[in-house]
Amino acid sequence: MKQKLVVIGAGMASGRLLEHLFEDDPDAFDVTLFGAEPRGNYNRIMLSPVLAGEKTYEEIVTHDAAWYAGNGVHTRFGETITAIDRKSKVVLSRGGETPYDKLIIATGSAPFIIPIAGKELPGVMAFRDLDDVEAMVAAAGKPRAKAVVIGGGLLGLEAAAALRLRGMEVVVLHLMGHLMERQLDPAAGYLLQKELEGRGIKIHTKAQTKAILGHERVEAVALDDGTVYPADIVVMAVGIRPETRVATDAGLHVERGIVVSDQMVTSDPDILAVGECVEHERTVYGLVAPLYDMAKVAAKTLVKHDAAFRPVQTATQLKVTGVSLYSAGDFAEAEGREEIVLRDASSGVYKRLVLKDDKIVGAVLYGETGDGPWFFDMLRRGTDTRELRDTLIFGQAYQGGAQLDPMAAVAALPDEAEICGCNGVCKSKITSTITSKGLTTLDGVRAHTKASASCGTCTGLVEKLMVLTLGDSYNPAAIQPMCGCTDLGHDEVRRLIVAKELKSIPAVMQELEWKTSCGCAKCRPALNYYLVADWPGEYEDDGQSRFINERVHANIQKDGTYSVVPRMWGGMTNPRELRAIADVADKFHIPAVKVTGGQRIDLLGVKKEDLPGVWADLNAAGMVSGAAYAKGLRTVKTCVGSDWCRFGTQDSTGLGVRIEKFMWGAWTPAKVKMAVSGCPRNCAEATCKDVGVICVDSGYEIHFAGAAGLDIKGTEVLCHAKTEDEALEIIAALVQLYREQGRYLERIYKWAKRVGTDSIKANVVDDLEKRRHYFERFTYSQKFAQVDPWEERVNGKDAHEFEALAEFGMPVAAE
Amino acid sequence: MSNWIEIGRVSDIPRRGARCVNTPTGKIAIFRTAEDRIYAIENRCAHKGGPLSEGIVHGASVTCPLHNWVFDLESGQALGADEGQVKTFPVDVVDGRIFMAPDFMMEAAE
Repeated sequence: MKQKLVVIGAGMASGRLLEHLFEDDPDAFDVTLFGAEPRGNYNRIMLSPVLAGEKTYEEIVTHDAAWYAGNGVHTRFGETITAIDRKSKVVLSRGGETPYDKLIIATGSAPFIIPIAGKELPGVMAFRDLDDVEAMVAAAGKPRAKAVVIGGGLLGLEAAAALRLRGMEVVVLHLMGHLMERQLDPAAGYLLQKELEGRGIKIHTKAQTKAILGHERVEAVALDDGTVYPADIVVMAVGIRPETRVATDAGLHVERGIVVSDQMVTSDPDILAVGECVEHERTVYGLVAPLYDMAKVAAKTLVKHDAAFRPVQTATQLKVTGVSLYSAGDFAEAEGREEIVLRDASSGVYKRLVLKDDKIVGAVLYGETGDGPWFFDMLRRGTDTRELRDTLIFGQAYQGGAQLDPMAAVAALPDEAEICGCNGVCKSKITSTITSKGLTTLDGVRAHTKASASCGTCTGLVEKLMVLTLGDSYNPAAIQPMCGCTDLGHDEVRRLIVAKELKSIPAVMQELEWKTSCGCAKCRPALNYYLVADWPGEYEDDGQSRFINERVHANIQKDGTYSVVPRMWGGMTNPRELRAIADVADKFHIPAVKVTGGQRIDLLGVKKEDLPGVWADLNAAGMVSGAAYAKGLRTVKTCVGSDWCRFGTQDSTGLGVRIEKFMWGAWTPAKVKMAVSGCPRNCAEATCKDVGVICVDSGYEIHFAGAAGLDIKGTEVLCHAKTEDEALEIIAALVQLYREQGRYLERIYKWAKRVGTDSIKANVVDDLEKRRHYFERFTYSQKFAQVDPWEERVNGKDAHEFEALAEFGMPVAAE
Repeated sequence: MSNWIEIGRVSDIPRRGARCVNTPTGKIAIFRTAEDRIYAIENRCAHKGGPLSEGIVHGASVTCPLHNWVFDLESGQALGADEGQVKTFPVDVVDGRIFMAPDFMMEAAE
C-alpha cells in the first residue's frame, strides 16, 4: 500500500520537489497537492518580464494541470489548508479532512505590507503573484497613469522598470541611501540609479513613507519629509516574510521561518518543509537556487536516501532589460581582504572583486557582466587567483597568453584607435603630432590635438602615448594626487566635478575612476567640501565625510571633551549674553572659560552628551554657533572705530558686524579669519588676516592673503573701496573666487601664491561684471548655508551623535 | 550565544559611523561600515587615547580624529607606518540586532 504524501503549496519549491521525487521513486507515494492560487505552478521569478509585456503567462508555466495528472498527483487548486491535526495525521480544508503519512509544507512567503495609514485602500498592491501583475497591467492602461513603488530592492526595481515600459509615470521610494543595498555597494547603486533615472523613473532615496492618501481608492503617497507623490497605484515591494501560520497553529517549532534540520525535517518527524517558509541554521532564503537545493534534499529524505542541505553562495542578477548587473558573495570590506576595482566612466562600467587569501569572496559587476559566471565559479571553487592577479579584473578573455602590462597594451593599440572620445582624436594623430611639432608637454599635446582637453578622462592614455613616443625624455607633470584613492590632483577633480556635473560622492568616485570603493579620510572631506561649494541647494551634505568637529559643531579636545564658542558679531557682546554664558558654565560644570584670539569666549571641557543642552541655553539668549571648528568663516575682529576712538576714521565695528552677518555660515577650503581696523594704527591686526580692511578717510583699503600661524606673512593690498557696500561686494567676490578655486585645506595666502595676485585682481577688482558674478554666486550659496547648526541639533537633528548606544552598570556577578 | 547581550540595532548607528557602549570600565566603540558590517573596538586610540568612535570611517578602517592614525576595525591593528593595537570585541548581528559576549564589560579597559 502506497504511503500518502500531502503537499501544501504549489510553488516553485514544491514543484521541483515532486520532480525529484518522481525521478527517485515514482511509486513511493500517493500525492495530493493543495495550492491557494487557482492555477498550476509557474516560474514566479519571471513575473517581471510578464509585467513588462516581454513574456506571456503561458511561457512561464512550469507545471500545468496535465503535468500533475500525468504523474498521478491529485490537485486541489484554490483550496486553502486551514489546519493540521498532527495527532490524527490529517489536514483540514473546506473539502474536509485529508489523511497523510508524510506532509510537506511549502507555503512560501507573503509580501510584507508596511503598517501605515491607507495601506488597505484599493489600488495598493504587492508584487507577488499573477493577480498582482494583472491588476498592474490594468492600471497601466489608463493614459498618464502614475505608479509609486515602495522599495528599491530587486523586486521593486523590476516592477518599476516594467511599469515604466508600459508607459506609466513611476516613482520609486527607497528607505536606504542607495538602491539594492543588500546586493550592491554604493558605487554600483549610483550607476543603477543613473540608468533608471535616464529611463524617466524618479528615484527618491532615504524616503520614509508616512501615509497612503485617498478616499475611495489610493490617490497619493506622503513622505515624512513633506513630499507628496500622486499615485493611481502603489506597489509595495519592501520585502517578504515566511508564511508560517499553518505550522505555528500546529505547534511546530517556528522562529522567523519553520525550523528544519539539514534533512528538511521539521520538529515533527513526519512533516518536512521546503522553500521560503523555512528557516535553516537561523537563515531564511528568498533566492531560487537554495530553494531548489532544499527540494532535492527533501525528496531524498522522503525516499530514505542520505542527503543534507548545505547553504551555498548565490548570485543575483536584476531582470531589467538593458541593465547589466551582477552581484555574488560577500563584498564587504574586512581585515585580510583586498579589493580590485575597475571603473570605466566613459562606458559606465564598474567592477569590484573582493579577495581573501588570494581567493575571490565577492564580486559586484555593473555595465559589463559577461565575466560574472567566471568569477562566481572561482568564488565557489575557492580558486587560488595569485597567478591571474594582475589581470584578473579584466576578465576571462584577457587570461592566458602574455601578461598584460598597461604600457604594452597602449603600444599594441592600432593607429586608428580612438583615444579621446570627446574630440575624436586617434592614436596616430597624437603620436605623429608629438613628433612633427616637437611637443614635450601635456599642455602642448592638448593645444595641438585637443586630445584630453575636454573632459580629461583620457589624460592617462595620452600621457602613456607621450612616454611611448618620447621615451624617458617625457616626465609626466608631477601632479600631486589628492590621496592614494586617485591619480588626479585637487584641481583636476574640481574641474571635472563642474564639467561633468557630478553631484554626489559616489558619482565623483565612479566618473573619476576612484581606486577604492569608499575613499579615505583625506579625500572624503575634500570631495564633500567641493560638492557643497559647487552645488549649493542641490548637494546634500554628507556628515559622515566631515571631520568630527564639523559633524558635531564643536571642537574636540585632547581628552575627548569639546569646546563651545558662540558667535559675538564683530567681537561685540552685552550683559545678557555674558550672563547666559556664565549660567551655562555653572549649570554644566564647565571647567574652563577663556577669551579667544578672535574676540569671543570659549567654553572648554564640555562633555559630548551635554552639547545639545549647552546650545539650547545659548540659543535661548540669542547666540548661534561661532563656527570656531569650521573650514569656513570664523571671526571678524574689529576695533571700536569712529564710535569711540579719537583716531577712528570709519565705523569699523559696524562694518565688521555687517561683514560677519553677511558671510557667516559659508564653507571655505580652509578657515577664513578677517578683521576691520578703524585707522592705519590697525588695532584689530587686520594686516595678518586672510582678509582685512583698514579704514582710511577716503574709504576702505582691502587687504588679503596674510598669515599668522605656521607661516607669518603680512597681507597684500587688493584694492581701495569708496563705500561700505563696495567693500562688502569685493570681499564676498574674493571669498567666492577662493571657494571655487582653493584646494581643500589650502589657506587664502597659499591659494593666492599659487594662482597669482594678478589673476585674483583681474577677477574681483578690474572686471566689474565678473566681480558682480562672483558676488551673486556667493549670495545665492548663503541662502542654504545660513542655518544655525546648534539650533538644528537642539531640535533633534543627528541625536545619535550625542547619546550612547547603550549604558551598562556594574555587572552583578562575573561568570 | 544564548547569554550574549543585545546592545542595540544596526539601524541605530549611521552608515560609515560609530556610537559608543558605556561600561563601568570604559567605552566601546561600535562601528557600522558603508556595507553594514559591525565592529566593536576599544574607544581609545593606541597613540594618545583619542576617541576612535569620532573618526572618519572608510572601508573597514577608521582614522583617529586627534592625529590621523588609521586602525583596521577587524584586527585593531594600526595601519600604515604607525605601530599600535587597540582591543577588539566579538559582535554578532541577528535580524539587525547587535549582540556582544557578556564579558565585554570586564574587559573594556585595563
